[in-house]
Amino acid sequence: MKTLFNRPVRLTKLQVNGIKAFYHSLALGYLVWLFMAGVNDNLGGDPVEALLHSSGIIALLMLFFSLCLSHFARRLPCGDLIKCRRMAGVYVFVYGLFHLFTYIAFELQFDMSLVAEEIVSRPYILVGMLALLILFALTITSPMIVRKRMRQKWQPLHNLVYLALVLIVLHYTWSLKTAWQEPVYYWIAAVVLIALRFTKLKKF
Amino acid sequence: MPRLFNPSVKLTDNDVTDESVYAQRRQLLKSMGFIGLGSLMSQPASAFGWFTDDDEEKSVFQTRDLDYTRNKKFAIDETLTPYDKVSSFNNFYEFGTDKGDPVENAQGFNVDPWSLTIDGLVEQPLTLNYEDLYSKFALEERIYRMRCVEAWSMVIPWTGFQLSSLLAAAKPLSSAKYVAFQTLYDPKQMPGQKSRFVGGGIDYPYVEGLRIDEAAHPLTMLSVGVYGKTLPPQNGAPIRLVVPWKYGFKSIKSVVKITLTDKEPPTTWKRLAHQEYGFYANVNPAVDHPRWSQASERRITTGGLFNQKRIPTLPFNGYEEVASLYTGMDLTRNY
Repeated sequence: MKTLFNRPVRLTKLQVNGIKAFYHSLALGYLVWLFMAGVNDNLGGDPVEALLHSSGIIALLMLFFSLCLSHFARRLPCGDLIKCRRMAGVYVFVYGLFHLFTYIAFELQFDMSLVAEEIVSRPYILVGMLALLILFALTITSPMIVRKRMRQKWQPLHNLVYLALVLIVLHYTWSLKTAWQEPVYYWIAAVVLIALRFTKLKKF
Repeated sequence: MPRLFNPSVKLTDNDVTDESVYAQRRQLLKSMGFIGLGSLMSQPASAFGWFTDDDEEKSVFQTRDLDYTRNKKFAIDETLTPYDKVSSFNNFYEFGTDKGDPVENAQGFNVDPWSLTIDGLVEQPLTLNYEDLYSKFALEERIYRMRCVEAWSMVIPWTGFQLSSLLAAAKPLSSAKYVAFQTLYDPKQMPGQKSRFVGGGIDYPYVEGLRIDEAAHPLTMLSVGVYGKTLPPQNGAPIRLVVPWKYGFKSIKSVVKITLTDKEPPTTWKRLAHQEYGFYANVNPAVDHPRWSQASERRITTGGLFNQKRIPTLPFNGYEEVASLYTGMDLTRNY
């Protein structure tokens, strides 16, 4: 395998923590900024749609990023990057959850019968919910203590992240009036990421 | 004898961090934080868009005041959607598929000279030029509800004239049963027509149609202005259709051609997805879009996230007077 550097790039604990702190401040900061801008009606014509769209797209981009991390770790190589992967993954769930919350609270105004009806009868919403359930399962099994308890069961469960990826891109494509837009790029990226892991995924 | 220590990572002088850098390490981390924070703070007040280019400030399209009277019959007691929202949240795929795209990409749109032709099954084919649009017919302001097929709505004061006045001037033949409309086709000015990717894969020009009795209904208007000023390009300058009891996509923008025909004309969204968008497209809370409910809508007025209103959608968008146009028709099948 070709790597960028001949020797592994090592990161000190301080550097790893620095990267994590940076990512935390960016991810949380943007979420807070987005929400406050929405509350203050500074998100263009329709703050609800803007919030819904932004949180969804960022969740997807964060998922791409977290899936790229293991490839960066191998190709640089820099094994220490793996230490940031869990954090990156959990933020995908956080943004996804915020996306659902925005839909229920601001789009549907807590009309719970409408929420239930929409989730059941709209395939693209059902697909999004399935993806979020997978991300939820991955998030609650991400602490080291749970991971250790799960032993060999942990990895097959976490391979489902690639299923979540497909579901999320499908959810996005399906929600638009025409598909000939951004989703084209996202499908290409998803296919490339899955192809890179194909031999590994095939085993399960 | 103790064994010689053999480090697993063999470091050389090259791996040593330069002392000047090492001495500044806390400073470096701090400034990284500030850069991150700074880039967050300086975000423009627009939501996240990945493929939108944030280019330099563009000059804004110039609108001007119109002479018009207020038609009290169409003054409704509902909160108006403010001008900045009406003019910044638009579906006009010729200028991009995001609802913020048209206001970004349409400011250089040239509307003068303009030519609107009325032809087909008429006794008197007409061509209106740019000046005619504002002077041939008396302009009046009407406040209409606008319900988008995407389940949001606005309340908008349009300035314009009844389509029936224009049709009367062209004198339709008795064989005319439908009215077909066409948007300008000019890929040089409309990036969505140049690239399938920008325009959402639609076959341009955008076309729409009405049955002739719908077109002649007193509610149907051609609008040349909004909020008392000429239309900005993102709202369909210089002239657009407004059919308040139908979903917004029927209200075709930047019209260059109106043709009277004897058969149902093709319409853009029906051509693209006929199972989702029909020819009639009457606002109907009882007939859902296959992918979302049409029973209620979110009204866009002022206010942020905590001032949102979701209201029930009314049949024909509350314009019950048009119901008689459809007696005996199955509106579930003719959606």
